[in-house]
Amino acid sequence: MPESMPAMATAKRIAVNVHINVNGKPYTREVEPRMLLVEFLREACDLTGTHVGCDTTYCGACTVLMNGLAVKSCTMFAVQADGSEIITVEGLEKSGKLHPIQQAFGDSYGLQCGYCTPGLMLSVHQLLSENPAPSEKEIRKAIAGNTCRCTGYMNIFKAIELAGRNMKGA
Amino acid sequence: MYPRSFHYHRAGSLKEAVSMVGQLGEGAKFLAGGQSLIPLLKLRFANPEHLVDLNFIPGTSFIKEDSGALHFGAMTRHAEIERSALARKIPVVHDCAAGIADVQVRNRGTIGGSLAEADPSGDWANALITLDTTVHCLGSDGARTIPLRDFIKDAYTTALAPNELVTEVEVKIPPAGSGGAYIAFKRSAPVYPSASVAVQLTMAGDVCRDAAIALGCVGLTAIRATEAETALRGKSLNDKTIATAAEAARAVADPQSDMRGSADYKRQLVVALVKRAIQIAARRARGEQVEGTHLYA
Repeated sequence: MPESMPAMATAKRIAVNVHINVNGKPYTREVEPRMLLVEFLREACDLTGTHVGCDTTYCGACTVLMNGLAVKSCTMFAVQADGSEIITVEGLEKSGKLHPIQQAFGDSYGLQCGYCTPGLMLSVHQLLSENPAPSEKEIRKAIAGNTCRCTGYMNIFKAIELAGRNMKGA
Repeated sequence: MYPRSFHYHRAGSLKEAVSMVGQLGEGAKFLAGGQSLIPLLKLRFANPEHLVDLNFIPGTSFIKEDSGALHFGAMTRHAEIERSALARKIPVVHDCAAGIADVQVRNRGTIGGSLAEADPSGDWANALITLDTTVHCLGSDGARTIPLRDFIKDAYTTALAPNELVTEVEVKIPPAGSGGAYIAFKRSAPVYPSASVAVQLTMAGDVCRDAAIALGCVGLTAIRATEAETALRGKSLNDKTIATAAEAARAVADPQSDMRGSADYKRQLVVALVKRAIQIAARRARGEQVEGTHLYA
């Protein structure tokens, strides 16, 4: 083993307990501190709607809400979300009815391959919670941290405007 | 990607965080917003044995005005500063906070963490160097304050001791007749800027009484363009004086060619950004509201 390699590579597994409320349901798990929030959601909670895209804090595919705010779950440790409320794409639908944001993405063809869509919808959730009638400039700024390589974004803008209108009416 | 395994410690107070890192020794690091540190850990460029998490410490996120200055708690998120009506009293501060990376990163990243990292491409150090900024620190020998110009020593190097942290950032509110602008030019929102410029002016009519101009991402630390400042001081602002200042700024820019552009491209970018920032700062000094000065494609 090279001298610079920390001894812990061979040491006993380090584990901590975390309690995270995901989509209204409490999850208590023993995890390694280095476990990323996105891996916690996918592996420990079996909620695979949150995607790993670039894994480098760029693309936003892993975006979830933590206490109502959009965060990149590849750039947080699960242990840092201890005691918080997480909403993932699985938590948007209520009693079999799609959330207005989901409905609008479908109605406006705001996706093609769908890989970026869960993350996008949660960024949009923060935007529309704060500002139900955003301007195009405000929409651009709000989703600047979410990369879509299929659509060219035009139908995504339409979906967000539609979702805002429908949520206001709701 | 997983970082190397580490031990996780949650500090209950800033004092406890300092003593934890002191006791754990060289392999221990503070974890603030994590928006730079966690990517570095995942790439295994940094491999600490212990992380001391500052995120659960109460009372470290605040924005208040006191004795002619704005005070920002070290763990205040960029997004909190972006939304703060108080922070708008210093336009450079609002510009900077509102344009860092994207919504998600601004929800997590902190002003104290950004300064303590001292990334040459970071936004806060470059924006705040044009203002009278003091960094409040806490270490094993107690608290001290360091002017920002002495705090940043080199790329990724500050005056902080290994077990010392930033507790608060204090920024003096500029005098009446002042205006500022911070413009970072980015290829897209989440990336670091190709170049950034901060300008702070104090005007009397059309005449510039005082000027501070700083260039970011074009050197190992933010560069104060002192010749460009001299070119404005005591002069009335017009296309000629602004162009002279922008050329003086180009002369001190020291960029490297990389994936964000060639060195020549970045020097040209500095010229354009300095001109634009001076014009916006001057309009704001006159009391005009000018929004959204961050640029990205």
